[in-house]
Amino acid sequence: MSPLAALYVRELRLSVRIGGGALMGVLFYLIVVTTFPFAIGPDLNLLSRLGPAILWIGALLATLLGLDRLFEADRDDGALDLMIASGRSLELLVIVKVMAHWTATGLPLVVAAPFLSLLLAMPADVTLATVATLLAGTPALTLLGAIGAGLTVSLRRGGLLLPILVLPFAVPVLIFGVAAATAVAFDPAAFRTPFLLIVALTLTAAAISPIATAAALRNGLD
Amino acid sequence: MSLADLANPTRFLAFAGRLIPWLASLTVVLFATGLVLVARSPADYLQGETVRIMYIHVPSAWLSMLTYGIMAVSALGTLVWRHPLADVAARAAAPIGATFTALALVTGSLWGRPMWGTYWEWDARLTSVLVLFIMYLGLIALWRTIEDPTRGARAAAILILVGSVNLPIIKFSVDWWNTLHQPASVFRIDGPTIDATMLLPLATMALAFTVLLATLHLAAMRNEILRRRIRALGLTAAGAAR
Repeated sequence: MSPLAALYVRELRLSVRIGGGALMGVLFYLIVVTTFPFAIGPDLNLLSRLGPAILWIGALLATLLGLDRLFEADRDDGALDLMIASGRSLELLVIVKVMAHWTATGLPLVVAAPFLSLLLAMPADVTLATVATLLAGTPALTLLGAIGAGLTVSLRRGGLLLPILVLPFAVPVLIFGVAAATAVAFDPAAFRTPFLLIVALTLTAAAISPIATAAALRNGLD
Repeated sequence: MSLADLANPTRFLAFAGRLIPWLASLTVVLFATGLVLVARSPADYLQGETVRIMYIHVPSAWLSMLTYGIMAVSALGTLVWRHPLADVAARAAAPIGATFTALALVTGSLWGRPMWGTYWEWDARLTSVLVLFIMYLGLIALWRTIEDPTRGARAAAILILVGSVNLPIIKFSVDWWNTLHQPASVFRIDGPTIDATMLLPLATMALAFTVLLATLHLAAMRNEILRRRIRALGLTAAGAAR
């Protein structure tokens, strides 16, 4: 197994085992989505109209919640120092870690979304569109979040600072994600443009985030 | 005198000390001229007297972006050239930029109430400027959280550079998305569409705001350097007392 694949498998294993908190995100997602009808009221018409927005907000919050775990444990046990000292490209290691983190925390949100959409009485085409936008957009959230996690890695109380730093960058993803998903209900053709913009955002984040995150990690640990 | 000469904080303090009184006087003169021009400029035939809010709003909005541009250059200075004053420049600019952004948001909101019939509209320009405001506050929070100054400087510089992606989005948001906020009317390829009787006061006010920014920024940088010295002295004194 190549070192990068080994790192990917290690990250996945660590996140599903005790103390890993991979399923915590989905649980949180379920709770956030359940809370909305309590606040808005059980009006199914309203809920199905707000459905994509609720699912996206829930996914955003659940992603932010798990981000501090991205580098924290590795910083505590010194694994991060070893990765920096290994001489391998830290940018590449960051990509692998982010991919594994997304597989453990982001992908479950995408899988859970269709079931949660039933609670919100969303029509099938809107559900499908929301799942598609989540699949394309949540990697961007994790990638952007990695920058914040890298910047706050040396802080003891980075927990609250991280969402403050990351949220402004997540706004465009949220806008286009909800725009694409809600457009389907009125005009299926209007789905394409915002969806392609999400893909573009994810690709841009994939280009910027590893460099910025690696720079932040080097700065935080030297 | 080159930029490298100013790397010495003491030399920079002397330079700033000589420059600030001149810049401050120039700011006062420009503001006086600008306000007189604004008072004598005609009211808009459609907007009436509320058009005068524009003379505060537009310069503030320009400066909210210019200040971020200054911070982005300073961030490059921190990361690439390791200029000792680059972080001081970025850090001193952040509260000023946040203030100008808030001013742009508040004046725009006050103008929007009689003109658009609402204080706030979730259109592209307004939203992206609000995001810029939140980014300023996030950066200030980051600086205030990391105790080690050099580490905080580099962390903030990375975030500033990542955030600079937002600037073109703000600038072109009114052209890309057809929204409530009017498109650019001064810097256009086919010349300004704004009338000369309003362009002159606007340009004077913009200049006055820009010189004000230069004055405030230099003064804030001086304060920041002095604050760091006091901190260093305090740490030394605490170490000696132990």
